[in-house]
Amino acid sequence: MRVWKYGDDINTDMLFPGKYTYTCSTAEEVKPHLLEDLDADFAGGVKQGDMVMAGKNFGCGSSREQPVLGFKAVGIAAVVAESFARIFYRASINQGLVLVECPEAVAAFKDGDEAVLDVEGGKITVGGQVFEFPPLPPEILAIRDAGGLLNYARAKLETERG
Amino acid sequence: MGQTFAQKVLAGAAGLPSVVPGQIVPIRPAHLLTHDNTAAIIGKIKDDLEKYGVVRDDLSVIVLDHVTPAANEKTAAGHKSVREFVKKYGIKNFYDVGVGICHQVVVEKGHAVPGMILVGSDSHTCSYGAVNAFSTGVDRTEAAALMLVGETWLKVPPTIKITLKGALKSPVSAKDLILTIIGDIGAGGATYQAVEFHGDVASLDIEQRFTVANMGIEMGAKIAVFPFDSVTEAYLTSIGVARSDYEPVWADSDAEYIRELDYDLGAIEPVIAMPHKVDNVKPISEVEGRPIDQAFIGTCTNGRVSDFHAAAAFLEGKTVDSGVRLLLLPASRAVLEATLADGTIEKLVRAGGVLLPTGCGPCLGAHQGVLAPGEFCLSTANRNFKGRMGCKDAETALASPETVAASAVAGKVTDPRKVA
Ligand code: SF4
Repeated sequence: MRVWKYGDDINTDMLFPGKYTYTCSTAEEVKPHLLEDLDADFAGGVKQGDMVMAGKNFGCGSSREQPVLGFKAVGIAAVVAESFARIFYRASINQGLVLVECPEAVAAFKDGDEAVLDVEGGKITVGGQVFEFPPLPPEILAIRDAGGLLNYARAKLETERG
Repeated sequence: MGQTFAQKVLAGAAGLPSVVPGQIVPIRPAHLLTHDNTAAIIGKIKDDLEKYGVVRDDLSVIVLDHVTPAANEKTAAGHKSVREFVKKYGIKNFYDVGVGICHQVVVEKGHAVPGMILVGSDSHTCSYGAVNAFSTGVDRTEAAALMLVGETWLKVPPTIKITLKGALKSPVSAKDLILTIIGDIGAGGATYQAVEFHGDVASLDIEQRFTVANMGIEMGAKIAVFPFDSVTEAYLTSIGVARSDYEPVWADSDAEYIRELDYDLGAIEPVIAMPHKVDNVKPISEVEGRPIDQAFIGTCTNGRVSDFHAAAAFLEGKTVDSGVRLLLLPASRAVLEATLADGTIEKLVRAGGVLLPTGCGPCLGAHQGVLAPGEFCLSTANRNFKGRMGCKDAETALASPETVAASAVAGKVTDPRKVA
């Protein structure tokens, strides 16, 4: 399990270049271009269960959701950041990608540290230190528990329209 | 305690007397904007659409603009699937290739009105704050769910109050104002927050307000909104929207803000957002003289009639420097028609400008005007991210149409005040 660490204001063009936005939309198409202009080693080196850690305003910029789709597809366990841009945050909730907002954990992380996440318990352990983060509100948990927003909407349609 | 614009709109939507920041409320947006990405969105819900159809045929506003005319087979096929979807489900508000950039079209066609809630699967959906609408960006999955159920949730944001005083001194423009604000607040400084503009907003016309609201997202804001006034009303009347068709909303005078900032418009100077972050804002004096390879005037930020008029003031009777490609991209067919009719486009083309079809064009680097490694582009767009214009080894800097036009003539970054 590896932690891929990046800085502040990592925008969606760095996570997934805009020039591919209208030609790549499936997970398989997205994977090879993930973080292409930010970290050329990522797409080839990332493994199931890895974590992405970053500074402030992660995912700022466009509303494209390919980065979220790509992170899910390569098996990123969670993105831990000091803060997230709001559309990226919504996209992650809606797709079921785990995001953790915990500036203290990001500050404590040093190269080579292990990071262990306990989503339900609201705890993250970095280099032996334990940090707590606030749990998600119930409205959001309902979406996550349904398996993302689309499934949530489908369940609703089933009840409403049969 | 009074309520902010965001609190009032969201309380109204939820049927509650009041709401507090942090509260999550269900909303049914009046419209959902999608563009070329409609193809990918409907792809997610193919079977559901067959089973349930769309929730409302007047919910979606669909504008093909991002890669238009199609650049290759794949984008062409995407456009085709959107046309088929529109036909099959009787989508009422569809604008095909050549009508304009989605945000310009939404406003121009009267789909965004004061007090209304709109969402769009495009980050610059915040633009409609220019006409006192509550509008914000969502992701593709959310757009897909909305097409099916018409409902989603929003978290009530805390609000930053920005008070403007005085008036801008031409050739300083609204672009210089918003870049200055973003430089101060930072690229993520307003994340999950609303931004309200107060004070002498009457000195800004609708197009200037559009430029400012459009860039709200570049400081992370959920919405960036102006009050409704006689300027808004005159604009809406001019596009055929009657006063009885909307109900403006504005903050109470005793609303609570998390931050308050004041700007003296007369003191704003030409600035430039240097690569590769929008908040990397420098006074133009720090960058003056830097040679440019491409100059780009257009996009949903600065592709309107007043922007081309401003550019023409610097380009009429002059010639673009031989080392510079000047690209012109009107934000809509209506903008193109108006600037053709009044002779502006002729002046710009005679000066050496290359007229591109209306749409997003070079803004997102998918086609047209892509940069080569090592090149430097001065652009009126809203993003200067690495790779944004199609090449990660090129650089884009953001400025006003005045600055870009003056610089295109000189072949290097130029303070428009010195040649005005
Ligand atoms: S012009 Fe640029 S910023 Fe505006 S909608 Fe098109 S791609 Fe987005």
